[in-house]
Amino acid sequence: MSSFYALLARDVRLATRAGGGAMLALAFFAAVAALVPLGVGADLKLLGRIAGGVLWVSAILAALLSLDRLFQADFEDGSLDLMAISPIGLETSAFAKIVAHWLTTGLPLTLLSPLLALLFNIPQPGYVPLILSLAIGTPAASAIGAVGAGLTMSVRRGGLILPLLILPLLAPAVIFGAGAVSAALDGLANGAMWLLSAFSLAAVVLSPFAAAASVRLNLAG
Amino acid sequence: MTDITSLEAAGLACARGGRPVFRDLDFRLEAGEALSLEGPNGAGKTSLLRMLGSYLTPLTGTITLTTKAGEQITDAEERGRQIGWLGHQDGVKPQLTTSETLAFYAGYYGKPCDIPKALEGVGLLRARDLPGQYLSAGMKKRLALARLKLSGRPLWLLDEPLAALDVNAKKLVADMITAHCAEGGMVIAATHESLGLDCRKLMLGAL
Amino acid sequence: MNIFELANPKRFLALSEKLLPWFWAAAVLTLASGLYLTFFGVPPDYQQGTTVKIMFIHVPAALVGEMAYGVMGVASLLGLVNRHPLADVAAKSAAPLGALFTALALITGSLWGKPMWGTYWVWDARLTSFLILFFLYLGYMALWNAIEDETRAARAAAILALVGVVDLPIIYFSVQWWNTLHQGESIFTGKIAPVFLWPLMLMMAGYVFLFGALWMVRIRTEILARRARALQLQGGGL
Repeated sequence: MSSFYALLARDVRLATRAGGGAMLALAFFAAVAALVPLGVGADLKLLGRIAGGVLWVSAILAALLSLDRLFQADFEDGSLDLMAISPIGLETSAFAKIVAHWLTTGLPLTLLSPLLALLFNIPQPGYVPLILSLAIGTPAASAIGAVGAGLTMSVRRGGLILPLLILPLLAPAVIFGAGAVSAALDGLANGAMWLLSAFSLAAVVLSPFAAAASVRLNLAG
Repeated sequence: MTDITSLEAAGLACARGGRPVFRDLDFRLEAGEALSLEGPNGAGKTSLLRMLGSYLTPLTGTITLTTKAGEQITDAEERGRQIGWLGHQDGVKPQLTTSETLAFYAGYYGKPCDIPKALEGVGLLRARDLPGQYLSAGMKKRLALARLKLSGRPLWLLDEPLAALDVNAKKLVADMITAHCAEGGMVIAATHESLGLDCRKLMLGAL
Repeated sequence: MNIFELANPKRFLALSEKLLPWFWAAAVLTLASGLYLTFFGVPPDYQQGTTVKIMFIHVPAALVGEMAYGVMGVASLLGLVNRHPLADVAAKSAAPLGALFTALALITGSLWGKPMWGTYWVWDARLTSFLILFFLYLGYMALWNAIEDETRAARAAAILALVGVVDLPIIYFSVQWWNTLHQGESIFTGKIAPVFLWPLMLMMAGYVFLFGALWMVRIRTEILARRARALQLQGGGL
């Protein structure tokens, strides 16, 4: 277990130091969200209605931003070679890296979301579902994103095709996440939060295996 | 220090990019032995090391480790846990200081150790608070050597361990290898220049 | 690795050479008779009018578009588990065809939508699912193209295809769920009158044969291209 925490702590430290992606993802999230009213107009009623979807899409995009380097940096400097022969193996190491990515992107995005919700004038009943759905759903973005990051680590401009690989796979997270918010606004109970939880759980459990497999094939190259 | 008494490779073959590199390669290494892999560029030195290191699956052939208890390890992943790896790249992060890097690997490999002492052993004590981005290539290699040592693994696989090192550091590598073998470990090093110690050689020639 | 593994594709080349004319013939026959019935045999629908005839082009395209992903998934699994190069080639060759048929389904779907809905695009559950499926194909092909080393590209693409196979039913379900939430209309779920059934079955068979024939041609081309490259490499290595 201490091996797991050692890797987790290292990745968090790398992401929060200068040159890490954590602050960038936050700023990107806010900037994309702030651009939407400029595009669709300042009608507060309209903004309140679309805010759930807009913030969800922005959050997914922001999470993608730092994903392409998740394995690539370790691949290029040889750290992945050392992870493959570590006591905890690649699957658990990939899981540690996913958790670290979420702690440095998904979690801060979730914490920032109420502030942006305020700017979008989301009605009161939408706040808790928004925060809750982001907290539950963003781990799926980190997990599925890690698979894409593993697959593209040897591609020089992997960051360009990563979104194409990952975004379609994340459609259910956006649908259920934004659906949970709009259901709350309409005063409906539609089980979106449960569906989102199930999707996220499955993604977090299964992705480390696919990510480890993709790391392995790249180390064999 | 180690449970591994021998390494046996039998009938190994390797192909890269559609071209055969070597085939029918057999060799055996006992605990306490060092082996230097030699041969021209493209002879497959790195490929062989990566096969032994469990990264690359041999096209044909088997690699077997035998433990003191007489157990045979053929599974690649299990073999990986016996391996101390020193590759071309040194795995040094620009943002982490030398002592942070070493402390991370000590925790990650579950081998708590005295970090300042380990750094002193490779002549990096004065650079202990220096982030990786300020280290020279030789210093990074020294850091990688310290990491190799603390891994406590019986089978060392070294890819060009002398590259970028000065005379003193080359001596350090030779001493480390000698000490590791004296403790019953095994070392296989791919190298273009002499390791500066007496050991068996395995010549790989291009097919 | 080609030099060591050329043996098995050889058998495929011989077999497919015999099968291919039969597949082409079956495709031409079924498609010709299916199209004839579609244009001259099928009466106009009492609701949709002659627009209903687009269905005979659309539905089989959608079917084959989905089927190709399943085929790709199976081939990818075989490629990963058995390390069989023919399976890698089969998966790679199925993707552009799948994308093509999916695109055809999207285009015919929206052409059908114009007279029926008054607009080319409605976020209908089926159309939306197919749009996502189309992106999955694009991503798969992009990954193949992005990785230079062939073995590595094959394994990476196979992993992606398998992740897609697991995720695709969830995507379909979520889109369905989303569609009912937003009260969209789902049109393509009607019952089929018997007059329509025969031509539809013929068209479906025709599309499947066409897919089979095109798939075989693509696999053969890829095998031959790789063999040519291997020969060039040997020649270059004097």
